[in-house]
Amino acid sequence: MPLVSNILSSSLGQKYLMALSGVGLFGFIVVHMLGNLTILAGPSAINEYAAKLHSMGPLLWIARIGLLGMAGVHIWAAVRLTRDNRKARSVQYEGVVDPVDRHRKSKIVSTYASRTMIYSGLIIAAFALFHIAHFTWKIPQINGVEVDFETFYVYEVSAGSDQVAYLTPLPDGVGKEGENAVDVYKMLTTGFKVWWVSIFYVIAVGLLCIHLSHGLSAMFQSLGLKTKAYEKWIDHFACATGWLLFGGYASVPVSILLGIIP
Amino acid sequence: MNLTLKVWRQENADDPGHFEVYMAQDISPDMSFLEMLDIVNEYIIADDGEPIAFDSDCREGICGACSMVINGVPHGGQQGTTACQLHMRHFCSGDTVTIEPWRATAFPVHRDLIVDRTSFERIQQAGGFISVRTGSVPDANATLVPKGDADLAMDAAQCIGCGACVAACKNASAMLFVAAKVSHLSLVPQGQPERERRAIAMVKQMDKEGFGNCTVTGACEAVCPKEISIDFIGRLNREYGRAILKKGNA
Repeated sequence: MPLVSNILSSSLGQKYLMALSGVGLFGFIVVHMLGNLTILAGPSAINEYAAKLHSMGPLLWIARIGLLGMAGVHIWAAVRLTRDNRKARSVQYEGVVDPVDRHRKSKIVSTYASRTMIYSGLIIAAFALFHIAHFTWKIPQINGVEVDFETFYVYEVSAGSDQVAYLTPLPDGVGKEGENAVDVYKMLTTGFKVWWVSIFYVIAVGLLCIHLSHGLSAMFQSLGLKTKAYEKWIDHFACATGWLLFGGYASVPVSILLGIIP
Repeated sequence: MNLTLKVWRQENADDPGHFEVYMAQDISPDMSFLEMLDIVNEYIIADDGEPIAFDSDCREGICGACSMVINGVPHGGQQGTTACQLHMRHFCSGDTVTIEPWRATAFPVHRDLIVDRTSFERIQQAGGFISVRTGSVPDANATLVPKGDADLAMDAAQCIGCGACVAACKNASAMLFVAAKVSHLSLVPQGQPERERRAIAMVKQMDKEGFGNCTVTGACEAVCPKEISIDFIGRLNREYGRAILKKGNA
């Protein structure tokens, strides 16, 4: 297949893969944030949202495998391209950029985000692994509290006023993974009360948004969709999206730490 | 005016090289940067030293031979000019000026400030041409070219292949050069028959030469003496995608 080999072996092809997998991952980032924000509507909202998500069955697994595949392609391309870039310049310049027209400096010197894509990306990947171990696999040794998140389940059906759906916890040891609705609200409020978990989370989403502030605009260029006519809009879109996502993601642990979400 | 020059000296490709400091004295502000180096070389020769080797040819900003990074900026700090068209009036007496060769693995240093840019030639030979029998001059307007396309093609054709884009890019990427060469031929009717083959072959050669990849920082267009727009890189990305979809086996 010459088409496949042209994509896999050429620098431009690897950039296409980087951009396309980036689009997919960005889609997930947006949806995940919107899901997180249901916590602001109260415990039953986020628990119900989580229960509906889990009830999707095979679709959920297709999405998970797809995301894993896209993350794999994104990292594979990033490592290869970065390796080529390092090799392409072995000796660095001694001179410090000092143009005659001072305003040109910002155009010549690359942005912090663009220089640190591989580092921000790898730290985000490491965080994602921790995040999954923390809230999906619920490994009790890494959550920083005495309780096991595996015991947090709620009733799914309402049975009178003393037992409200998605609010009333199941007794300890009764709930089962895959059968009962998870008490995501309790898991998040317990999990993010641990200061270092929250700090790691905020740092990681900060890096993610720096990563996106460059990545979102470079993605358009790699796919040949960026021209001077739209350049400003695309750059503003990338920057604004970065800030919006940071605000959306960071608001959850910050609200929990400050006690805004009880 | 008097300047302190910190110049990269390197005997040959195997020599690790080092910086040496020279004083440039009684320099007229009306001199070009290369004329200033000529004067410095005169003094070095008078002192029985080895003059600073640098490339130059037309000295009017159109050949792309002069290639040096002046204070961290390829071709120096003035926008849209080659080093030979940078005049000393843009410096202040007492300045220290750092002069280095292009830094890229695909442009090995030949001597002092001269780099070997045959990697660009090989990219051109891979597809940057049109295989037609030229014959005699055709009738005017026998082949119609829309004005917009002709203008864009001319913008791209302005590339003098100096390599400043590679020198400025943090990844030493040759994308702006290849983009200009691929675009200028793909925009005119004469370039159509070999359009896909050209894009694939030139990108393949670019990768083979060991240039880095485009990170869209825009440094290339900022230093390009011909001010070629980064839009052409977007166009190359489209051209290449179109080429591999249409003709994957070139």
